[in-house]
Amino acid sequence: MQLVINGTATEVAAMTLADLLTELGHIGTVATALNESFVPVGARAGQTLSPGDRIEILAPMQGG
Amino acid sequence: MPDTPTATAKPFYGTVLSHPLMLGTAQYPSPAILAEAFRASGAGVATVSLRREGAGGAGQTFWAMIRDLEVAVLPNTAGCHSAKEAITTAQMAREVFETDWIKLEVIGNTDTLQPDVFELVEATRILTGEGFKVFPYCTEDLVVAEKLLAAGAEVLMPWGAPIGTGLGLNNPYGLRTLRARFPDIPMVVDAGIGLPSHAAAAMEIGYDAVLLNTAVAKAGDPVAMAVAMARATEAGALAQAADPMEARDMAAASTPVIGQAFLS
Repeated sequence: MQLVINGTATEVAAMTLADLLTELGHIGTVATALNESFVPVGARAGQTLSPGDRIEILAPMQGG
Repeated sequence: MPDTPTATAKPFYGTVLSHPLMLGTAQYPSPAILAEAFRASGAGVATVSLRREGAGGAGQTFWAMIRDLEVAVLPNTAGCHSAKEAITTAQMAREVFETDWIKLEVIGNTDTLQPDVFELVEATRILTGEGFKVFPYCTEDLVVAEKLLAAGAEVLMPWGAPIGTGLGLNNPYGLRTLRARFPDIPMVVDAGIGLPSHAAAAMEIGYDAVLLNTAVAKAGDPVAMAVAMARATEAGALAQAADPMEARDMAAASTPVIGQAFLS
């Protein structure tokens, strides 16, 4: 199905948020949001995805 | 001879900072220079952020480096323009950085990057209700400060000048007023510091810490400037504790007049 991941339309096979991170190859520390709401790490496996969902995957970055 | 103070006199949400210099981590020429700036200055806090990234990006390396510095970490919500956006970012930052501390930024104007204080107060109320320890980036407005404290903030971070300008303390009167009105609240001058003299001035009027980034990262020698900023905050804190003299308009001779020769 097609999702919008970090602002880019992307075709994926994963049906849950946890599987999506695995499919994308994320192994480090990231935080996730689905349709502008935070999804904690413990809820990713149970978070099913629907076509058109907007996913944000954020990683640590320099800041002021 | 008094010890040069480094630890903050007031605790921030129960934590005494090892040094009153709170240093940003962005815009350095290299990660190595960033790390050396922290080590050489002894800065007590590192501010960090969250951004979009693909798998295997530089964020994980950066985060490992910051953890190795063994300083307190203060994640920010930089770039957020609404309470909702800032709240979600704070929730994500808490999980990634494993801290309840959040430097709450809700930007209201793209030219001045000044905070939207209405959204800021609302976000503070919600986040403190969720157990966050909020460090609100605010203006020096006294009434806004009162509302932030009423919303649950236990720290205030008024700006000195707009972010990245290096203009120093634009409104010393307003900053002094806040300090006088809230003598027991830990307060930080955040943003606008361009020179060590600005940092010292903030500490001299009783602020507990300063938060800066660009002034160090964009200096020709960031490591030397970080050290200069650290020493300036120490000097300012020492001066504040030493009870500075009152300024006056007319001259007052410091050399004794008694016993002066009559030579005219």
